[in-house]
Amino acid sequence: MDWAQSLRIVAPEELLSLVGIILLVISAWGQGPKDARGITWVAVLALFIAAVMTAPALFNGVSGPAALAFGGLFSGDAFAAFTKLLIYISAGAALLVAPAFFERYGAYRSEYPVLVLFAVLGMGIMVSATNLLTLYVGLELNSLSAYVLAAFLKPDERSAEAGLKYFVLGALASGILLFGMSLTYGFTGTINFAGISAALQGGVTTGALFGITFVLAGLAFKISAVPFHMWTPDVYEGAPTPVTTLFASAPKVAALALTMRVALEAFGSQVEMWRPIVIVAALASVLVGALGAIGQSNIKRLLAYSSINNVGFMLLGLAAATREGASATLVYLAIYVPMTIGGFVAVLMLKDKDGRHLEGISDLAGLSRHRPMLALGLGSIMFSMAGIPFLFGFWGKFVVFQAAVGAGLVWVAAVAAVGSVIGAFYYLKIVKVMYFDEPAGTVQGKSDMVHEWLLAACAVFVSPLGYLATKALAAFAMTAAMVLFPPV
Amino acid sequence: MNGFPILSLMLAVPLVAALACLVVEAKLARTLALAATLINFALGVVLWAGFDVGGAQWQFQESKQLFAGFDWKLGIDGIALVLIELSVFLMPICILASHAIDKRVGEYMAAFLLMETLMIGVFAAQDLFLFYIMFEAGLIPMYLIIGVWGGANRIYASYKFFLYTLLGSVLMLIAMIWMAKEAGTTDIPTLMAYDFPADAQKWLWLAFFASFAVKMPMWPVHTWLPDAHVQAPTAGSVILAGVLLKMGGYGFIRFSLPMFPAASADFAWLVFALSMIAVVYTSLVALVQDDMKKLIAYSSVAHMAIVTAGMFAFNTQGLEGSIIVMLSHGLVSAALFLCVGVIYDRLHTREINRYGGLSINMPKYALFFMLFTMASVGLPGTSGFVGEFLSLAGAYQASSWLAFVTGTGVILGACYMLYLYRRIAFGEQKNADAAAMPDLNLREWVMLAPIAAAVLWMGIYPESFLAPIRSDVRFIEARLAETRPPGDAMLTIDQGKITTIDVQQQGAH
Repeated sequence: MDWAQSLRIVAPEELLSLVGIILLVISAWGQGPKDARGITWVAVLALFIAAVMTAPALFNGVSGPAALAFGGLFSGDAFAAFTKLLIYISAGAALLVAPAFFERYGAYRSEYPVLVLFAVLGMGIMVSATNLLTLYVGLELNSLSAYVLAAFLKPDERSAEAGLKYFVLGALASGILLFGMSLTYGFTGTINFAGISAALQGGVTTGALFGITFVLAGLAFKISAVPFHMWTPDVYEGAPTPVTTLFASAPKVAALALTMRVALEAFGSQVEMWRPIVIVAALASVLVGALGAIGQSNIKRLLAYSSINNVGFMLLGLAAATREGASATLVYLAIYVPMTIGGFVAVLMLKDKDGRHLEGISDLAGLSRHRPMLALGLGSIMFSMAGIPFLFGFWGKFVVFQAAVGAGLVWVAAVAAVGSVIGAFYYLKIVKVMYFDEPAGTVQGKSDMVHEWLLAACAVFVSPLGYLATKALAAFAMTAAMVLFPPV
Repeated sequence: MNGFPILSLMLAVPLVAALACLVVEAKLARTLALAATLINFALGVVLWAGFDVGGAQWQFQESKQLFAGFDWKLGIDGIALVLIELSVFLMPICILASHAIDKRVGEYMAAFLLMETLMIGVFAAQDLFLFYIMFEAGLIPMYLIIGVWGGANRIYASYKFFLYTLLGSVLMLIAMIWMAKEAGTTDIPTLMAYDFPADAQKWLWLAFFASFAVKMPMWPVHTWLPDAHVQAPTAGSVILAGVLLKMGGYGFIRFSLPMFPAASADFAWLVFALSMIAVVYTSLVALVQDDMKKLIAYSSVAHMAIVTAGMFAFNTQGLEGSIIVMLSHGLVSAALFLCVGVIYDRLHTREINRYGGLSINMPKYALFFMLFTMASVGLPGTSGFVGEFLSLAGAYQASSWLAFVTGTGVILGACYMLYLYRRIAFGEQKNADAAAMPDLNLREWVMLAPIAAAVLWMGIYPESFLAPIRSDVRFIEARLAETRPPGDAMLTIDQGKITTIDVQQQGAH
């Protein structure tokens, strides 16, 4: 394990931290807001290059000791590569949509792209962590950047409130996680995932079980799974929409990937111990997400509940604890990310005639009359999220159900399926408002071209054309999922 | 026809036209939609002509491994063939019937064309999950058709329609996933011959039943249908009654019966009980309706109950009869909804009492309406008779009580249909505005005449429709042979078959 190889494996992270620091310096000494757009483009470029550097690990299916860096602290394997690509895409989208939004309020600053880069760096470390210590460092780097981002829109007090709420609750969750980690360390004597797994092989002591429970609880907060979801609607609503776009996509991917790694690698020898926890969290998320969304009148809150609902389905794949289950969760993530980005981009495009951004569901009324393409895009994303077949969102639910049934969790899958019908109700509500109601006429502003193209790309992805990607997606997700299981 | 992907082409034509309709202006969208549906009708004729009756069970097969987990696999047997013909036959008529639609025409036409693609897809799919995708996706265009272009209470109806049918179907999805895992294939023909463990069959059957019973619709989960029908625009009702309801029956024949024969036998009592209740109850409800569309909607539920009764009788007559009732009801109820649409377009009310004496000022209309009323009642010489007679003959072999109770449906059917006809066409012209309505125009004539011809054809020479389905019914019967209940009809000279009315012998001449 020489240094050169380690440095090669963490090359994307090195690039992002270097670019992040350089941009930070430039923005500190530069001309302030004027540079912000340029810095944003550089940050997007950096993400793109990082993605190109990450991709080979996925294509080659790198796994095992060949992927480990720094004596087993960090792993640049195919699983990390798969999730990192998703993270880079989400962060890129969150960067692209930002300037047009913040400039409307005169609040765009070059710290935004820098913070996003650091958050992405943290997330990259999270998904590559093979050690509780690396895990925590990555998680905190991501979280601290995220707290600031949530409060980024200074003129808006809701944004400050969101930042504070996120910080207080996030700190609590980190504490819980840290407590769980220390218990796990105390009862297994190691912080290395492989070591923990080996130590738990013989059986679980009560202390270690507490450790597992607390670690999972802390992670459940980060992925906003029920019962640790309460912060989600408030933060999603309060944070500036581009930041919400980021929150709903990239950190979800990172935290979920982390949960999968911890559950399947570190606690992989004790599946029966944590499976009930995950099943309960999954079903509760599906149902609470679906029921909670029904009464919402703010579309960002609604999408927040929708993300809780979606996390439930992702956890269902994890609950299967099989290769198929893990790959199903990854497929679900890969479909969820463009879907949710598209949803928030559509929200960003809702502006009144003064260019102010609208968030009320009632503002969508009759949107199909005066903005047919926007309505069509948002409509297909809604049907897709509801999991109605022939839109691509169905495929994610399908593979997850398939994995759950394959692992013998037929009843769990059936309950989740019924939950998806409840969920369909509020997705339909959006379509109803856009297509059936008389126009409210509030949405009038022109859209930014970047937004239009992003929405179009997401809509095409969730359209039936997406199915053509299923083969490649399944193959890559399987390659990535194999990493988490001992070779057969 | 060897190797030419005609089924894919039939799916592609309306789909491409649907996308085009979204961007062109209203007038062009109408022409485009009509052209596309007519092309598909022509392809349907080619399909029928190319179908080798008595040949291979599955014809026009296509298979492409495009996706992970399921394949683009199409192919039809006789049952699918006749239902596809029904769909492509009704679609151009639906487009013609949409003359009164004047808002968002392009989107409307796109929704209908998409609907056509999905309907054909349901009948042509040979892959379990491809079937499911087509089956479920139909909800989206229908939801929009009811919700955007429907009547006053359309939003409630569209929600009810969507959520009811979706809830039924997701359980079927879980069952399908389990089946694919158990059998190791998603190929429908293979699954039709696969023997699932007996205890699993029960759960699988119930899951499929949840979906098909709602779609069918069977009592007591039929309540979405009257709401949907009343609120939908005329063409929406036509396609709903004409084709969408047939998906439930098709599902029973394609999945429940051949794949789970043991469970089908175990649960036949349930189907019989629900069918008997439905026939009597919904017929009585139909009798007291003031709203024409609601009346026909309830009559649909009663007719579908005859379908399920015949189907679960597990014999040739019952199965053939149920398919013919489905076809016949597809034509007749579609025509009846069109008849309602014709006078609704003139007076903008569906209330029966606002009409009267229409045979005086609209004699041509009254004639067509009479023909379809009689066909609905099951008058010999019309399609309704053939199907109902065969179904009831089949049901009689399974249970004489079943035949007796469902038989009353025919009598009650005559009551409510003739009562409806009397109130609308005969009597005094008590409303001046109704008396002033002009008779059928050319467009309406073109809509109704082909259906009338088809109804008479099916009534006089049903062999054209029975011949393609015969071998498929044989196949299903063979799957069911072991589990067939003995029946109580005491006609068991020839192992429970009534040889004198075995339709196969008629057809041989």
